Amino acid sequence: MAYDYEKSIRPGKLPHIWCPGCGHGIVMKGLIRAMDTCELDRNNTAIVSGIGCASRLPGYLDACTLHTAHGRAAAFATGVKMAKPEMTVICCGGDGDGTAIGGNHFIHACRRNINMTYVIMNNFIYGMTGGQFSPCTPTGMKASTTPYGNPDPVFDISKLAIGAGATFVARTTAAHPREIDKLIAQGIKHNGMSIIEVLDDCPTSYGRRNKFRSVVDMMKRLKKDAVPAKAAAKMTPEQLEGKFLTGVLYHDNEKAEYTEQYAALIKRVQEGA
Amino acid sequence: MSGARIEVIERNCKACSICAEFCPKDVLEMDVFVVKVVKPEDCIKCMQCELLCPDFAIKVHDA
Amino acid sequence: MAKKTALVQGNQACAAGAIYAGCTFFGGYPITPSTEVAEEMSELLPTVGGKFIQMEDEIGAMASVIGASLTGAKALTATSGPGVSLKQELIGYACIAETPCVIINVMRGGPSTGMPTGPGQSDVMQARWGTHGDHAAIALVPESIQEIFTETVRAFNLAEKYRMPVQVLFDEIVGHMRERIVYPEPGELELIDRDPVTVSPEDYKPYDSTKGLVPPLASFGSEYKYHVTGLNKADDGFPTTKASLVDAEERRQIDKVECPEARADIESNEEFMTEDAEVILWAYGSSARSARYAVNELRKEGIKAGLFRPITLWPFPEKRTAELANQAKAIIVPEMNLGQMIHEVERVALGNCAIEGVFRVDGDPLNPGQIIDKVKEVI
Repeated sequence: MAYDYEKSIRPGKLPHIWCPGCGHGIVMKGLIRAMDTCELDRNNTAIVSGIGCASRLPGYLDACTLHTAHGRAAAFATGVKMAKPEMTVICCGGDGDGTAIGGNHFIHACRRNINMTYVIMNNFIYGMTGGQFSPCTPTGMKASTTPYGNPDPVFDISKLAIGAGATFVARTTAAHPREIDKLIAQGIKHNGMSIIEVLDDCPTSYGRRNKFRSVVDMMKRLKKDAVPAKAAAKMTPEQLEGKFLTGVLYHDNEKAEYTEQYAALIKRVQEGA
Repeated sequence: MSGARIEVIERNCKACSICAEFCPKDVLEMDVFVVKVVKPEDCIKCMQCELLCPDFAIKVHDA
Repeated sequence: MAKKTALVQGNQACAAGAIYAGCTFFGGYPITPSTEVAEEMSELLPTVGGKFIQMEDEIGAMASVIGASLTGAKALTATSGPGVSLKQELIGYACIAETPCVIINVMRGGPSTGMPTGPGQSDVMQARWGTHGDHAAIALVPESIQEIFTETVRAFNLAEKYRMPVQVLFDEIVGHMRERIVYPEPGELELIDRDPVTVSPEDYKPYDSTKGLVPPLASFGSEYKYHVTGLNKADDGFPTTKASLVDAEERRQIDKVECPEARADIESNEEFMTEDAEVILWAYGSSARSARYAVNELRKEGIKAGLFRPITLWPFPEKRTAELANQAKAIIVPEMNLGQMIHEVERVALGNCAIEGVFRVDGDPLNPGQIIDKVKEVI
């Protein structure tokens, strides 16, 4: 019955800093359940983030936690994983942190297929700085820096990850809590770069500005627009208009994992020497 | 069907109302600054409230 | 047995020094004129079981180095000019998170792209104040190929001992020059590792000032779990905005380098004919080579010139510079920039002697003749 999250949370750290209704707490719970499913040794687990609301997540968890600079989570994490491949490395952060200022690190971590799991919480906005538009803010929507509606096209994070070479890519939403931990656990078990995009809600900086009545309203919309990838295969383009796919979107077990490749290189060099 | 004990950790609750809104049996109700358990006997232990609470503020125990 | 010698480039000597120091991680990005350091490390590291990674950009390289260091690795990056500018934010991160690492800066001119293949010494103030916020800095400025080796080793020692980023700055001339090097035997140079943690995991605090000005740093992946952040933090590593805690932590992180004991340990200078000198040439890096030549020439003419050469540029050699300002009639500061360290010399000289600069930023080295002319003009 009641899940024991407390054993994974550092004493005295709750309540967390996130606003009422913010989906990041739901994702954090999913991450804890996934870490439990994978029976991760917390001493051998590094949780690395950048800057922003979502990037405050590691501070709550009992593990080796690294809250880095804006956008740099994947690059710091690459250093950790390269230097100590036996560690499990999990990145987390938001859409702006991961795909704007950190976009270069994000795509190159995907390209290398280094064995990490990146949980990217996409709430369509820069929350911590008060609601500026991100590369994931839907076109036309309001942000504090798009008072006339967002003129920018958007990034599809999962497609970006697949295109860049990640070998496990999945998407779900904060309104699908059981799928969050299932997909993160699959990502952790996958030997390569795993991207888990979780669409969630920022009622404070995005919802209010865009006339959502409440966070419940926002979550219901996430539920309504989510289409499991398997179901989508049987749907017409018209039926899929305005929807997004959820579940495992890409899975490749063939591509070599980066740190294993490098270990093989060391072996080759040392034996040849 | 009952047999659930629903624990609200009031210190953590931010009154977002997600739990109450998604409860299929209206077991929970908002009381301005905190959620209240009003009909525990109707709980079907679907766990939606606990899973969706962003604030680690609600737990569904066996009675 | 005769020691191993070779004719090598400065950048190669730097890589060899890093391996000697026990470096097991290099994260880099190609940039002239430092690239050979990365090339050498890519070849050497796998032979000792170390890791080399060419990152997607300069910032990523610096990030990977800090990440690797947190697992306990001695970690290195090398860059130049614009690359150092890009790394500044994360150099600040390494300062506040107190993460040991070594940054090689093979200096070229600037600003911006400047003259990538020309030498410069215009990053010396950046090495002190390049990243935002108050912080301590250690920067070493070797002048020869042999010294690049030994100072790279010393940079790792200081980084590990003081738990912070250490920069080694040499200019393109020394980086690309070839000279004879005598490789130190294993064990000949002292190697320092970071202090081990002695408390139990339950009691460990990564910034526990009761453990001294440099609290021991545990490694990720050990029995110690802790939190690292770039935010101002309390001794337990978690963010705080409590004024007294923020203030104490900021001051400790500067005191650990600026306190007299640390300064005495970190500072390193060479003096040449300064005992009776009336004119001091205050010079570092390749400019000091020209200055030494100038001293010899001036002495032949009966001019009492001497060379003061800081090998540790930061912390600034305040005490000795002030003493020389009292002794000499003039201090001449030759620099391959338009006057940077001269301001520090002026600051501590307190007007006790004349201070003049010899500056050059045209992509050519300072030559001894320029320095000699300036000395004659001043006396």
